[in-house]
Amino acid sequence: MKSWGPPLLLLILAVVLYFALPFNLAFLTRILIMVVLVLSLDLVLGYAGIATLGQAALYGAGAYAAGLFAIHVWADPVAGLFVGAGAGAMLAFVSGLVLMRTQGLTLIMLSIAVASICLEIANKARDVTGGADGLRGIRMEPVLGLFAFDFIGKTGFWYALAVVAVVFVVLALLSRAPLGLSLRGIHESPERMAAIGVSVYWRRITAYTIGGGIAGIAGALSAQITQLVSLESFSFTLSAEALIMLILGGTGRLYGAVLGTLIFMFVHHWAAANDPFNWLFVIGALVLAVVFFLPKGVISAPPAITRLLKGGRHAGS
Amino acid sequence: MQGLEVRGLSKRFGGLTVSEDIDFDLMPGDRKALIGPNGAGKSTFSNLVTGILTPTSGTIRFDGSDIGRLNEAQRVRLGIAKTFQITTLFRDLTVRENLRLPILERERRGFGFIGRANGHTAIEAEVDDLLGQFALGGLADRKVADLAYGQQRLVELALTLALKPRVLILDEPAAGVPSSETHLIVDAIERLPEDLAVLIIEHDMDLVFRVARQIVVLVQGRILTEGTPEDIAADAQVRELYLGGGHD
Amino acid sequence: MTLFLNIAVDGIAYGMILFMISVGLSVTMGLMRVVNLAHGGFALLGGTFAHWFGQELGLPFWPAALLAIVATIAVSLPLERLIYRRIYGFGDLQQVLATIGLTFLMIASVNLWQGSSLLSIPLPDSLKQSVDLGFRTLPVHRLVVIAAGLVSILGLWLLLDRTLFGIRLRAAVDNRGTASALGIDTDWIFMAAFGLGAGLAALGGILGAEILPIDAYYPVRYMVLFLIVVAVGGMGSISGSFVAALGLGTLETATRYLVPDYATIVFFTFVIILLALRPQGLLGKAHA
Repeated sequence: MKSWGPPLLLLILAVVLYFALPFNLAFLTRILIMVVLVLSLDLVLGYAGIATLGQAALYGAGAYAAGLFAIHVWADPVAGLFVGAGAGAMLAFVSGLVLMRTQGLTLIMLSIAVASICLEIANKARDVTGGADGLRGIRMEPVLGLFAFDFIGKTGFWYALAVVAVVFVVLALLSRAPLGLSLRGIHESPERMAAIGVSVYWRRITAYTIGGGIAGIAGALSAQITQLVSLESFSFTLSAEALIMLILGGTGRLYGAVLGTLIFMFVHHWAAANDPFNWLFVIGALVLAVVFFLPKGVISAPPAITRLLKGGRHAGS
Repeated sequence: MQGLEVRGLSKRFGGLTVSEDIDFDLMPGDRKALIGPNGAGKSTFSNLVTGILTPTSGTIRFDGSDIGRLNEAQRVRLGIAKTFQITTLFRDLTVRENLRLPILERERRGFGFIGRANGHTAIEAEVDDLLGQFALGGLADRKVADLAYGQQRLVELALTLALKPRVLILDEPAAGVPSSETHLIVDAIERLPEDLAVLIIEHDMDLVFRVARQIVVLVQGRILTEGTPEDIAADAQVRELYLGGGHD
Repeated sequence: MTLFLNIAVDGIAYGMILFMISVGLSVTMGLMRVVNLAHGGFALLGGTFAHWFGQELGLPFWPAALLAIVATIAVSLPLERLIYRRIYGFGDLQQVLATIGLTFLMIASVNLWQGSSLLSIPLPDSLKQSVDLGFRTLPVHRLVVIAAGLVSILGLWLLLDRTLFGIRLRAAVDNRGTASALGIDTDWIFMAAFGLGAGLAALGGILGAEILPIDAYYPVRYMVLFLIVVAVGGMGSISGSFVAALGLGTLETATRYLVPDYATIVFFTFVIILLALRPQGLLGKAHA
């Protein structure tokens, strides 16, 4: 099927990158984890139209839950993913009860505030979370009892790639299901959804909760693979970067999220490596360039360019 | 009792009375029109019936039970549906998706996350029926945003009908539609299911006289008079109202 | 009782800082409908210029502060012309993104120019002195902060209530379309309001450096705080910002005195409950 082409290409790209950059597996794995986070944001923002700037709260909840679960209960990675998903979904549901009553600026701000509270709680509960030192001592068992995590990061990479693929497929199916259609409906016209007998509030909470579960999975992945959860998991910067990656790629199409994450992470990596002090210039300029010149993201670029070329040809003839 | 039964309905905003002591019935098969000058309280009345506004006093009964405390979504599920003055369609979805959405919700499948949204044969057949009924078949896979305004009004009507309402309120169905396209709207209204209770709120007298069998005239929140199109056309008070500059 | 008075004085001083920094944000949000996450950047620029004029050029505190405010306004006006004017019509999300981008650029610029360490703005001896209030001694600085806040709100009130500019600005906030139709040059009003907001933010940043220390990451660190003041006060409402800033300043100070370990949590929880109950803010108009 045509719509499976782009994601399949991305999967191949991931494998190619694995062999092309064998000494950067930690970086590539980091990209995969961010892809999961940005995909979760695409569901919430791209599909359901819920503009939040606090996706890090859900990510961090998953990361800490999975980390603590591995340390104190069971170090099985897959079980940990479920725990992370549960924590993210739970936080999304509870905070969603309040957040989804608001919209616009108030929603954006409250979602930042929720992440700030989480950060503060994690900072203060030093005995449990390790506070500013981060949660350490996570030692994972082999994935499915078969693949032990190695220090080069090969297992981590394949494990993360498998999770990305599963999450992508689940979201692709969800976006074609009735729920996906109704979320697009809410995005397009909440008034009309109410007029056809839908409680927009509960539908938005549902979307936010599912998105929270996926963001929690991203956090859990990060905790398991890096064996560390830091306060940064809850940071505004992480939420903002996830948003930038999504808009950069293009919302509401899933593979836009993947593309945006790839571009952002590579630009970030390159800029930070070349000039560790001034890379924010590059990111800032990149963000402004996207907003002004590609408001619908990079995936809108080919049609835009085509139109431009066509226009040029028309003008010439 | 079947149908909609409104008794002594009033609505005040602060000191301003916009609906006053309205008695109104709408039975299955009715084709009633609500007319009146701007600011007569026509939209307020329809918002009271659909649950967007709550009345200050009075009762609204549907099939004999009081629905005055139900919200908009609950009334829709009982079968009271309304089209909008200004279209609030899902502009970035195709016509087909616009019709699929309300049917899925009506069938309580909106939370479904397994299976495809277009995977229900019965629902797809119903969508096709609606497309055919409103002559939208050729536009089924176009985005609503790309349609002409008159066509959008048809989608609006089809979408509302997809809810299988028993009471249908058409709020200015021809607003903004160029006169060359109004016949599309008239045809569509004439083809509505016979047992549906229909209330049309409209400025366009031409359209009202073509589709309504009963006309209710609202002035300053009160019912001035009620009767057949012939009665209304002959009514001195109404002629005064419309010829005397109240018409816009 | 002493505790109560301590909380009141510190809380009011803190609230005045929040007010001076946030009021411009409230006006631009109410007027231009711009979600300007970069607003804290003007407080940063003010602080950085003041540091530079004072520490590197050796100017005394007050002239350095004055020049810093002028310099910040001078930076803000072309920004309004070149960037903000283009994003007024964008959706919330695009605006958020654009202003995050601007925030990054401001951080990077200050970082390049002055580094990422703390930028001190030493107070003159006259402000370091203490006055005895009976229940405690208080640095003159706090009194100056409170006075500056009062002068700001009074000045804004006079400006908005008593001048032609104010009438036009309020008309534009109420209804931009009508205002332009009445022949009011909204472009000019926007720019003036923007510059005024930036200048006040710079003043707040400089005077508040004791409480909210200046470094390159300042705009991100305090972004939520400034946004909260605006959201709680109600967008576009100057008196709302004032009430919210004083209330939130006092609340945060009180939690720091009373439950120091949980100050931030209590503070944010309170704000979330308040905004859940009144999404339009204390003095904001409900959106129809």
